[in-house]
Amino acid sequence: MKRYFGKYGGQFVPETLVPALAHLEEEYCKIKDDKSFQENLSNLLFDYCGRPTPLYLAKRLSKKLGVGRIYLKREDLLHTGAHKINNAIGQSLLAKKMGKKRIIAETGAGQHGVATATAAALLGLECEIYMGSTDAKRQELNVFKMNLLGTKVNIVESGSKTLKDAINEALRDYTANFKDTHYLIGSALGPHPYPTIVRDFQSVIGIEAKKQILEKEGKLPDCLVACVGGGSNAIGLFSAFLDEPVEMIGVEAGGNGKQHAERLTGKAREGVLHGMKSYFLQDENGQIQNTYSVSAGLDYAGVGPEHSNLKEMERAKYVSVNDQEALSAFKTLSQYEGITPALESAHAVGYVMKMEKAEDKTIIINLSGRGDKDAPQVMELLK
Amino acid sequence: MRELKKPALMPYVCCGDPNVQFTKKLIKAMVANGADAIELGIPFSDPMADGKTIQEAITRALKGGMTPGKALEMLKELRKEGVEVPIFIMTYYNIPFSSGIANFTKLAKEAGADGFIIPDLPIEESDELRSACDEHDLVLVQFITPGCSSERLEKIVKNAKGFLYAVSVLGITGARDGISEDAIELIKRTKKITELPVVIGFGISNEAQASQYVKAGADGVIIGSKIAKIYSNENSVEEVARFCSAVKEKLQKSK
Ligand SMILES: Cc1ncc(COP(=O)(O)O)c(C=O)c1O
Repeated sequence: MKRYFGKYGGQFVPETLVPALAHLEEEYCKIKDDKSFQENLSNLLFDYCGRPTPLYLAKRLSKKLGVGRIYLKREDLLHTGAHKINNAIGQSLLAKKMGKKRIIAETGAGQHGVATATAAALLGLECEIYMGSTDAKRQELNVFKMNLLGTKVNIVESGSKTLKDAINEALRDYTANFKDTHYLIGSALGPHPYPTIVRDFQSVIGIEAKKQILEKEGKLPDCLVACVGGGSNAIGLFSAFLDEPVEMIGVEAGGNGKQHAERLTGKAREGVLHGMKSYFLQDENGQIQNTYSVSAGLDYAGVGPEHSNLKEMERAKYVSVNDQEALSAFKTLSQYEGITPALESAHAVGYVMKMEKAEDKTIIINLSGRGDKDAPQVMELLK
Repeated sequence: MRELKKPALMPYVCCGDPNVQFTKKLIKAMVANGADAIELGIPFSDPMADGKTIQEAITRALKGGMTPGKALEMLKELRKEGVEVPIFIMTYYNIPFSSGIANFTKLAKEAGADGFIIPDLPIEESDELRSACDEHDLVLVQFITPGCSSERLEKIVKNAKGFLYAVSVLGITGARDGISEDAIELIKRTKKITELPVVIGFGISNEAQASQYVKAGADGVIIGSKIAKIYSNENSVEEVARFCSAVKEKLQKSK
């Protein structure tokens, strides 16, 4: 397997983890082409998670915005409410196959934590989740759900108390416990082979969307739009279209004007953190900077290495949408389509709301999750 | 590299915890009381191989305004003030990477460093830093762990210079009791295939552990979390000095 995407990626981990990751890569290669594993996975994705998700033509939104025919890839309809479950089920099956008894994961918005806790309950694995205390406060409901599912949530008080610090803690746990524990990374980031594994498990989004758009429109779309936290929902959609003449747009969190999470659109530089070489927001000395976004799932100082490479190759374009624009998209999609998006996905919608007017364009927005988890927070913000 | 006395007592200190004056005083006291080399930590915001004690030390140092530039400045002063033992810079890869590898190694050499200890840089990723180190006659210390297969151990040893850093436990830094049979096995396996000194670290907190590892063939011990615990609890350099000389005395008897 490729360790790098162009110059990004790699495996910058303590020596202790090198054999563990080599083993993971080996086992992943086995199941990748294993018929019975893949069958088992797709059965669960269909019967348990609710795949395939619809590709829905949002007529009223399209009419209001006048930027083209807007399709929504409805990952929000999946069990547990976001695309995260695709990867959580895939990696949990892999963990089980590897004979691991325990899974651990980091979570930002709590969606990946809930997805992992769900997969653990489904497959009878022990589960612990790391979550920054800032995120635990703004996503209280998800903390409750994880507990309900029988998972222990470890609140992380170090550093910025968000996703980055939760990943640090999970990596420390993994370093000490990899013998019986699988670290179920929630986005297309981390040391090799994680960015590839997570992309592969999320690629079902793009594979389905491609088939569906060809059926509905008889041609490929002009443009794909997805929000980018670590980058898993975006790469899941993009990967099926990489060799096609389709424009790809990743939307980062523009934050509140002072603080943000603009890695590929802002002042981030190349760096090394969490096992990978990629773009990171850091100060002049190389200390990782704190980020901010209204959306916990986009609030991360780095980005998955494949996105850094797509940016470098100019294969994808990266843009940013701020808190206000995302909140406005949150309301607009609710009011025009009766669909309340996750604040993360609202960033993707927010970008389409800013696009140039066009009649004959076809756009697919990856609606990565639903907004139920965000309703209490938005209620406070709109007061 | 300056010569490493054996069996070596090599304390780790986080530079600037809580300020430069204290770190300098601490290093001088340790060297006067038996430290044969120093692992000088340049704090990084996201220390993924470190346990709670060192994370806290790093947080205090960063709060105090410590930067890589100031740490190298301090090292330069220590050398001028007569500290002669080998000093290895311990930090995470983003610190040299972000400053530019060529630039950072040059500055480290000028400041008087003997090499680097970078816990998130396995050999597969280390070519760039290693060749910059070679250019400046610095060593890039390699880690070995009880989980290394014999092929991997061979591969690491072949690339290694200076000394080998044997990790005693699978996990992160932090003071622990007891000794690890796997670590003893690792020391023995490694000594069979190399002349390089093998120095053991992670989780060493008392003279008894240190002495058992040296008896098993280790050429030295690295002690970090325990020292940070002593000085941050007692706010006292004297206590650390006493601890160092006690460990040193025991090491000497265990040869
Ligand atoms: C609904 C939703 N979308 C997007 C993201 C961002 O992650 P990624 O960039 O990996 O898709 C999250 C993360 O928590 C999320 O919950």
